[in-house]
Amino acid sequence: MQDALVAALEHWPREGIPDNPGAWLMTTARRKGIDRLRREARYRDKLAQLQEEPMQRSPAGGDERLELIFACCHPALPRESQVALTLRSVLGMTTAQIARAFVTPEATIAQRLVRAKRKIADSGIPMRVPDQSELPDRLAEILAVLYLLFNEGYVASASPERRGLAEDARWLAELVVRLMPDEPEAIGLQALMALQLARAAARFTSDGRLVLLQDQDRSRWDRQAIAGGLALLERAARMRRSGPYQVQAAIAACHAEATSWEVTDWTQILMLYEGLVRMTGSAVVRLNRAIALSHVAGPARALADVDALSDELDRYHLLHATRAALLRDLGRPDEAREADRRALGLTENPAERALLMERIGR
Amino acid sequence: MFISDDSDWDPSKPETQEAYKRVGEWFEQHSKSGKITGGEELKSTTTATTVRQRNGKISVTDGPFSESKESIGGYALVDVKDLDEAIAMAKTWPVLSTIEIRPLVTHDAPSARLEP
Repeated sequence: MQDALVAALEHWPREGIPDNPGAWLMTTARRKGIDRLRREARYRDKLAQLQEEPMQRSPAGGDERLELIFACCHPALPRESQVALTLRSVLGMTTAQIARAFVTPEATIAQRLVRAKRKIADSGIPMRVPDQSELPDRLAEILAVLYLLFNEGYVASASPERRGLAEDARWLAELVVRLMPDEPEAIGLQALMALQLARAAARFTSDGRLVLLQDQDRSRWDRQAIAGGLALLERAARMRRSGPYQVQAAIAACHAEATSWEVTDWTQILMLYEGLVRMTGSAVVRLNRAIALSHVAGPARALADVDALSDELDRYHLLHATRAALLRDLGRPDEAREADRRALGLTENPAERALLMERIGR
Repeated sequence: MFISDDSDWDPSKPETQEAYKRVGEWFEQHSKSGKITGGEELKSTTTATTVRQRNGKISVTDGPFSESKESIGGYALVDVKDLDEAIAMAKTWPVLSTIEIRPLVTHDAPSARLEP
C-alpha cells in the first residue's frame, strides 16, 4: 500500500487525480506487489544501459529518459559528474565533447564518469522520478544539465548534426515543465530555449557558416515561436520567483523583440546582465555583461572588464573572440588578429573556426 | 552512521534528555515500520582506545582514531529499497548531527540455483 501511495504521488501530478482514487490505490497496491519483485531485475537492466553505450532512443521513452536523468543528477553525485553522466548516458555525447563543454581535460571527464557509474551501482541510487517532496531540489540539478546540453547543441560543437541536442534539451525541458508546472525556473529555461531556437534558422548560412546576431536576416526568425517563448516567460514571471533562467530568457526576449540590430535595447540588456551577475557570479556571465556594456558605454570600458577576466577564462575561446572584436572596434587590428588566433586554437566548432579564420584573414 | 561533536552531548543537560527522547521515538517509529533492523549507540570518544598496526608494530593509545572533533556516535541498520529512502529517513533524524549513509557489503551466495 505504501508503494501505491508513492506511485500516486508520482503519477497524479503528471496524469491528474483519477476519478476514483481509492480504487486506483487498491489496484495499484496489488500491481506494486508484483512491481517489487520486478524492481530488482528492472533496476539491473537500467543500470546495464548506463554501463554500456548511450541508451537507445525509443519513441515512447520520454519518461524513461527522465528517470535516468533524475538518477544521473542525483545529489549524492558530485555536481560535475551529474552533468557529465547525463550528457554521456542519456544523450550520448562523447567524452571529448563533454570535456570541451566543461573546459576540462578529457581524461578528467572519463575518470569522473567511471566513478559516478560505480557510485550509482554501489550506493543504490534509484532510477525513478523522486517523490513530490524531493522534486524542487532535484529539479535545480536537472535544469543545470539541460542548460548545458542546450548550449552544446545550440553552439553546435564539432558537427552540425549535434544541433539536434538543443531540440532534445528543449523537449526535455518541456517534459520537466509538464511534470512540475509550478516551477518558474523550469518554465524560464523552456522560454529561453524557445526564444533561442526561434532564431536558429538565421544563425547559419546554407553552407553552414555562422551568422552573427547583428548580421542575421530577422525575417527568418520564427515569429510564432518567439510569441510562444514570450508567453512562457510571462507565465513564469507571474509566479514572482525570479531566477537566472528567467533573466536569461528576458535577455533573449530583448533580442527577439528587436526589429533590427540598431534598435536593440542594450540598456535593458545590461541591466538584466547586472542582475544575472548578482545571482550567479559566473565569469562567463560577466563576459556577456561586458559585451552589453560595449554597446552602452563603448569598447574601451568593455575591454577593461574583459581583460579582468582573462586569467579565469584563459581557455574559453569566446573570451579571446570578444577581445578581438573590441580591439578591432578600438582600431587595434594587429592585437585583434592575435586574440582571434588564440580563440581559433581553443575551439573545434567548424562554424566558429570558419568565422574566426575569415576575421584573421581580413 | 550518526556523526556528531560529542562534547555537545552532555547527558546531565535537559536538552540532551529531550534529544534522547526524540531519538528513542525515531528508532521506535522506524523499527515498527520494519525499516530499522538493528543499531546501537556508542559511548563518547573519551572512552575510546585505538589499536594500530603499522609497519609490523602494534600500538595501543588512548582516544579515538581520528583527531576530528566529530565522531561516530552510533549507527542504525536499515532495510530500504534505495538510497532515496535512506536519505528521506536521515532527513527525519530528530537531532542536530551529520549522517553518513553507506550500503552494507553483502557476500551473496551464487544465484545460479535460481536459473532454469
